[in-house]
Amino acid sequence: MSTTTDTQTALPVGTWTLDPIHSTIGFEVDYLGGTFRGQFRETEARLVAEGDSPVLTGSAKVASVDVKDENLNAHLQSPDFFDAERYPELSFESSEIANEGEEVVVRGGITIRGVEKPVELRGTISEPITDYTGRERIGLRLETTVDRTEFGVDWNAPLPDGNQALQNDVSLAAELYLVKEA
Amino acid sequence: MKVLAISGSLRPDSYNTKLLRVAEELLPPDVELELYDGLKAVPPYDDEDDVEPAPPAVAALRQALANADGVLIATPEYNSSVPGQLKNALDWVSRPLMKNPLRNKPVVVVGASTGAFGAVWAQGELRKVLSAIGARVVDAEVAVGHAHTRFDEDGRLTDESLQEQLQESIDALLLEMHTRALVLV
Repeated sequence: MSTTTDTQTALPVGTWTLDPIHSTIGFEVDYLGGTFRGQFRETEARLVAEGDSPVLTGSAKVASVDVKDENLNAHLQSPDFFDAERYPELSFESSEIANEGEEVVVRGGITIRGVEKPVELRGTISEPITDYTGRERIGLRLETTVDRTEFGVDWNAPLPDGNQALQNDVSLAAELYLVKEA
Repeated sequence: MKVLAISGSLRPDSYNTKLLRVAEELLPPDVELELYDGLKAVPPYDDEDDVEPAPPAVAALRQALANADGVLIATPEYNSSVPGQLKNALDWVSRPLMKNPLRNKPVVVVGASTGAFGAVWAQGELRKVLSAIGARVVDAEVAVGHAHTRFDEDGRLTDESLQEQLQESIDALLLEMHTRALVLV
């Protein structure tokens, strides 16, 4: 089995902006033996694939973090976690987009709590389709894992056995519906 | 700017209240310290009483916190933890969590006890509680152990290193207060 690497990205030409209603930018992290999930409701993203150097940018409002309990939303926005008052957005900007076999690989910088770290996102991109209004759409699904403590998101709680309740590795997943600008 | 100072001890001659009065002398002239004196009047928390209008003592504490740019809490240690009345008052003001007046508020915790360790456990637990409420807890500590030997007749700290730690804690609080003021502009 071989994997081909194609740095000549085969992205659909155009400038594509986010359909925020159908898109999801979420996270999941192991907590107390299970997996805890959440998402950000206010998000933006844009893929500019007009020339040789396509760029994907995206952001999420920390104040829009959404889990299944209002008090947990409040805690996630507090200085214990994302510190929404001081760092109101999470953001990403790509430096390179490439195809590797069936995968699309997006490298760039992700900023959480004001700390930017390099990150590699992997996923898939769909062929353009034309929707009911005649606009072209693509689906872009990307995932990565970050160590939250590298961004200063350090909260934890010790378990009776001495281990910690919340794991450091957090999976981030973006399921983006992108619509071609006219 | 204004700092609200809360003593976790109700005793009139409290060492923790003395510590707050020492702290007042360490503040720059443009920062006012208000010594909160309503803790004893806060009723026991009951979810059914947590309606508008709030009990007067609770409303007064919420307003005092909302008016302050930062909070300085000095706590004793009861049975290795936070005094019940102080915790009870924080439980009142923490509701609703998303809009409580301590949310994002810079807070520094110090403590005094007649025991050897200066209420370090109570301070640690109080920081945990304040963080859960959403406060911006300043990374600083003053632990006045053997408190009955640490103040002179005029209420001044007799230990120079403790005085320096208190100054550092105050400075760290002021830095967070100024940073927050810039963020909120």
